[in-house]
Amino acid sequence: MNWSVIPRYWPQMYSGLLMTLQISLVALLISIPIGILIGLGRISRNSVIRFFAGFYVEFIRGVPLLVLLIWIFFVLGRFLRLGSYWAAIWGLAVFSSAFIAEVVRAGIQAVPKGQMEAARSSGMSYIQAMRLVILPQAFRKILPPMAAQFIILIKDSSLVSTISVVDLTLVGKNLVATTFRSLEVWTFVALVYFVITFALSQGVRYLERKYQVVE
Amino acid sequence: MEAMISVQTVNKSFGSFEVLKDVDVQVPKGQVFALIGPSGAGKSTLIRTINALEGIDSGAILVDGVSVHAKKAKVNQIRAGIGFVFQSFNLYPHLNAVDNVAVAPMHVKGTKKAAAREKAKELLASLGLDDKFAAHPNQLSGGQQQRVAIARALAMDPKVMLFDEPTSALDPEMIKEVLDAIRKLAETGMTMVVVTHEMGFAREICSQVVFMADSKVVEQAPPKEFFSAPTTQRGQDFLEKVLHH
Repeated sequence: MNWSVIPRYWPQMYSGLLMTLQISLVALLISIPIGILIGLGRISRNSVIRFFAGFYVEFIRGVPLLVLLIWIFFVLGRFLRLGSYWAAIWGLAVFSSAFIAEVVRAGIQAVPKGQMEAARSSGMSYIQAMRLVILPQAFRKILPPMAAQFIILIKDSSLVSTISVVDLTLVGKNLVATTFRSLEVWTFVALVYFVITFALSQGVRYLERKYQVVE
Repeated sequence: MEAMISVQTVNKSFGSFEVLKDVDVQVPKGQVFALIGPSGAGKSTLIRTINALEGIDSGAILVDGVSVHAKKAKVNQIRAGIGFVFQSFNLYPHLNAVDNVAVAPMHVKGTKKAAAREKAKELLASLGLDDKFAAHPNQLSGGQQQRVAIARALAMDPKVMLFDEPTSALDPEMIKEVLDAIRKLAETGMTMVVVTHEMGFAREICSQVVFMADSKVVEQAPPKEFFSAPTTQRGQDFLEKVLHH
């Protein structure tokens, strides 16, 4: 074993880690508004909107993320001239939005029916009732699972190394190819992922306690 | 005199179960109607059709001359003029008492925030809640929550007020404070319909008692007449059960 390979190549690994965090965060930020819209669509009174929102969720959840990434990079990316960076972000964002849609739907449905009735009976439109009464309450319930989704994204984002985004995983792969120190490099890469996700999951636990809904 | 609330031959079914059969009720302006009867008689459904929380299958309902269930009815605008108080309060748990009351005037009527909050405080104070402005619903007792809910309904300056079993979810010692609030409101000349199991209250403050059973209006009379001598067998049976237990 020769662990000196780690400090020597730390700058590359650090920039790989930053790339991992960056694409995960940007993907999350894109997936939240999409997820909210799809989640609202899932409970829409319009059956056509409900059908397409349901189809979107089922389809995305039924396709492996790796296949989705490759498809966006090689098929969609060719027409839209997406580089690997944006192909990776959109792949992760679309994938994550389907999960967020389900979280949003469950959060809204967990708000008691009487809340919508009270809001509508005071003359609010459906959209006003959603914005002023339902979503603020649902948001408390969905904040912790949304933060948990960020952790899942960080782990899932290691797949973007296959479409040549230089994230932490691809830096590890490249280092092993040049230094042949696979034990040291992969152990360290695994540890870095663990430390980041563990710290974040402690944060999620804090959020869960803080936003426990008091009825 | 034209009725403030006019329910005209209304029919409604949930699936194969008829909840309202040819219901006719006329509530003149400024009068308080008690809607009583055994559970499952259709009282709550009827009061919920008046502000279109429930649809109807046939017939018509007019509130201040405006048809509530017409195809082109401006439901939001109609509802803004009808105060509704629920059995389970349904206050907004994420807002304090003042904001619970002020939110609809601000967003439905376009009242300025400061004015809406000022009025909310006046209403809450008039209902004996002047020390609860900043309290969230979970910090209030049931009786206090229901009084906030009454203030919330009044904040829209409604033409009529509907109460759907306003005291049924309350502990016994809190029933009086809510009934007193409703009584005070009756004295101001507000047109009201109250679904209630409080017979003493119905007798004391209501101008008419509407007795429903089996999805129909069985009889309607001033409380003195109804409670001393109901004209129908159904009414006599009901009174026997609720008054002599």
